[in-house]
Amino acid sequence: MISISGLIGQAFAIALALVLAPLLLGWLGMCRAWLQSRSAPPLWQPYFMLRKLFNKDVVLAETASPLFRFAPFVVFGCMVLACAIIPTLSTDLPLAPAADALALVGVFGLARVFISLAAMDIGTSFGTLGGRREMLIGFLAEPALLMVIFTVAMIAQSTSVATIVETLAHRDFIIYPSLAFAGIAFTFVAFAENARVPVDNPATHLELTMIHEAMILEYSGRHLALIEWAACLKLYAYSCLGLALFLPWGIAERDNFMALVAAIPLLVLKLLVGGFLLALLETVNAKLRIFRAPEYLGTAFLLAVLGLLVRLLLEVKA
Amino acid sequence: MPSLLAIDTLLIAACVWAILGLAGLMAPRKTRFIAKTLFPLGALVSVLAGIVGLASLGATSQTAVLVIGLPDLPFHLRLDNLSAIFVTLLGFVSAGISIFAAGYFRQGEGTAPGLLCFEYHIFLASMLLVLLADDAYAFMVAWETMALSSFFLVTTDHRHETIRRAGFLYLLIAHIGAIAILLSFGVMTGGAGGSGDYSFAGMRAQQLSPFWSSAAYLLALVGFGAKAGLLPLHVWLPEAHPAAPSPVSALMSGVMLKTAIYGLLRVSFDLVGTPIWWWGVVALAIGLATALFGVLYSTVQSDMKRLLAYSSIENIGLLAIGIGLALIFHSYRMEALAALALTAVFYHCLAHAGFKSLLFLCTGSVLHATKERSLGKLGGLIHRMPWVAWLALVGVIASAGLPPLSGFVSEWLLLQSFLFSPGLPHAWLNMVVPVAAAVVALVAALAGFAMVKFYGIIFLGQMREDSLKDAHDAGVWEKAGLVWLALITVLLGIMPATVILRIDAATRQLLGAGLSEHVRDHGWWMLAPISPERASYESVIFLVTIVLSVWLGRWLVHHLYHGRGRRSAAWDCGYHFQGPRAQDTAEGFSQPIRRIFEPMFRMQRHLPTARDREPYYSVQVEDHFWHWLYLPIARLAAWLSMRITTLQGGRIAVYLMYSFITLLLLLLVARP
Repeated sequence: MISISGLIGQAFAIALALVLAPLLLGWLGMCRAWLQSRSAPPLWQPYFMLRKLFNKDVVLAETASPLFRFAPFVVFGCMVLACAIIPTLSTDLPLAPAADALALVGVFGLARVFISLAAMDIGTSFGTLGGRREMLIGFLAEPALLMVIFTVAMIAQSTSVATIVETLAHRDFIIYPSLAFAGIAFTFVAFAENARVPVDNPATHLELTMIHEAMILEYSGRHLALIEWAACLKLYAYSCLGLALFLPWGIAERDNFMALVAAIPLLVLKLLVGGFLLALLETVNAKLRIFRAPEYLGTAFLLAVLGLLVRLLLEVKA
Repeated sequence: MPSLLAIDTLLIAACVWAILGLAGLMAPRKTRFIAKTLFPLGALVSVLAGIVGLASLGATSQTAVLVIGLPDLPFHLRLDNLSAIFVTLLGFVSAGISIFAAGYFRQGEGTAPGLLCFEYHIFLASMLLVLLADDAYAFMVAWETMALSSFFLVTTDHRHETIRRAGFLYLLIAHIGAIAILLSFGVMTGGAGGSGDYSFAGMRAQQLSPFWSSAAYLLALVGFGAKAGLLPLHVWLPEAHPAAPSPVSALMSGVMLKTAIYGLLRVSFDLVGTPIWWWGVVALAIGLATALFGVLYSTVQSDMKRLLAYSSIENIGLLAIGIGLALIFHSYRMEALAALALTAVFYHCLAHAGFKSLLFLCTGSVLHATKERSLGKLGGLIHRMPWVAWLALVGVIASAGLPPLSGFVSEWLLLQSFLFSPGLPHAWLNMVVPVAAAVVALVAALAGFAMVKFYGIIFLGQMREDSLKDAHDAGVWEKAGLVWLALITVLLGIMPATVILRIDAATRQLLGAGLSEHVRDHGWWMLAPISPERASYESVIFLVTIVLSVWLGRWLVHHLYHGRGRRSAAWDCGYHFQGPRAQDTAEGFSQPIRRIFEPMFRMQRHLPTARDREPYYSVQVEDHFWHWLYLPIARLAAWLSMRITTLQGGRIAVYLMYSFITLLLLLLVARP
């Protein structure tokens, strides 16, 4: 049943996502700078960027159609929904039944299709190139992500993310070998999907290898701000999904206010450590050629399928 | 006075269609009368048929006997839940297509409009009879009428040689399929010491040995697979769909392929008796190959209708996967899971009929507006054809299997039924089936790629040709047809629980189990086939959340900041000299796929070199099956006929001798 505390928790989870997501990106930028022996930008640098962009006028290309203006809002809406259904603090989320883990993959897919279409809308060479590459990464990463979810869903006997967290967090501590495979595959996918280093470089511009940046070249002002914010939310959503699937401890259950309060610092701590590890992995890796990306994501896919097979072969004792 | 039965209403509908067709034949050149009176009336009849079909879901089955045909061989007809689902599909989808056709067919394009109207309505009536037939005889007569009328519709533009060739290829494969179906019915009727009762009731009563029932199932798989486009009998689809006028492609892809699925379901779940587990594995394997093949080829096409035709092959593959899973579960008596897979099949039939017809009709509007169907010459049509473009977007999102539209629901149900497979009592299957799910995931993701290519290249970007500036939006009738189909797609997407409660009657008839007891426990907005803890999907909440955050986001941004903006030339990294030619072509967009999946394609590429006076790039992708299967068979047939011609010396004495020898041999063999 939908309870008042559930609704409050839900609203709080969304608000927290909107606030924390740019900070996570800022933290990542700081760690990267430290690891590369540069002086770091402040933690709230992404906020400065968003504020600047929101204040600027929009310059639209003459060939832009309504779809181009509409797409940033859709992408942003998809990411808000994704953040709303992934349990970050508590599993008591009234919106959670709206989409299970499979539908979550669908939400990311919807956002990807819209941003690719918007990239193709202006009709520039960079835009179509970016759109094509985004869809390429997408169709390689999506099956791997689905297989990861299949593995976890088979352990928890459910595809609902909230149920998965409840099952995994409150069982006896068992090390599942399949989860290790799935976790590695998920990390691979998360890097690719969030346009991070081995596949794409968030710091680059005007390079023939860029993907995400190539798609949003024509965006400006509030549209660009929304897309950047949505990208932050996507990173946050993936991080929280990873935490929920593989390190679910500390996420509160229903009607447990104290646990909810305790969950906040724990989440921040997990994100800090996770963000640092992400930055570390990004720093020690080099960007791959675009046609090495299929190998990279193919590895992720095979690892995820291996995880599934390990689950079926070794762990199911019927 | 006995009240009018549903089946009688449907028979009247078929008759009215035939009368409408004949009326068109009476006035073959009166385009206005045919388009604005006969086709809308046909659409009205379609809606009626759809409503009757919907109302008969869950009702007891009705039978009728028609004393037409040969003496002592009456047509048996029956309307049960399985038929009713497909009648509903036929009615509602063909209504949209007929309305569209009212604005589409014009004077002076190949076949006279009156003849076209006749063929079109006979096609509709024969599909209805296929669904209602309750004996092998009526089924085959209706099946062949359907094949022939659609052949004539495909060859509407028969002055082009390629179109005639496409038509003959279609006819050939349709007949190979028909022979297989006939043999399958023969096996089920005759069997070992069979009664020879050709009605479906007689076939159900037969107790076939596993060998013969497997033979009947495999023959049916080949026969209906040929009509549906399963590998390797798929080659007619990408030829016939571009050849046919768009409403006909829509009708064939949206509805006719589903009659083949209906036939397969009818034989494998209803007529042939208890299934054996490996039947499901065969269907699953063929379905996986078909789906992967279809989607890969659809991503590399340069002709918009060929792209959609290959995408139809992919969807038929997904349906075969669902049928295979349902058969596997059914053979192990795991009826609840079989019901889940079968519901996915029915749902995907409905969803695909809606969105694929919509997309084919959109290509029709584009074709009329621009006279182009090569993707390389289109682009930017969203500015000139906003109605078609936005409605096509609905079809594209559904076809890419994305929430919250219809394609996602069936895909979700299919993936859920894969997730349950580890309960199977067969260790080997337990291993293989989840890996099959991986292929389904890949297919779904690739479908998104194909659809972004389709939509982005046709409707977005800059116009690749100057002539596109004169393109105009679709007319009122065309818009009405498109809106109708888009509405079906959206409704199927946001009301899955309501639809599944309807489908339930058919799964219950075939399996004795359904999803209704779990689905009914929750509101109409929530789809939880087993339990909400296990898996749930609420597309309305989904849609509302996204719409709300879009609207709220827009309002807040405009309110807190400003809504200022101006137009300027595209920035494009400061390089201003890029014309429409700098955009990706259809070939360019699919280059990554060609590169990654190179062994899957047979490619002929010409790359320009530095020394070329007139450098050009071309790439042609062909089907391996042509070169590995069809051409060798064609060569063999040609070679055999050459050998046989030596028998024909042209001298009558020799021919008489042949007859004499044949007679002697027959006497020898047929000696009592």
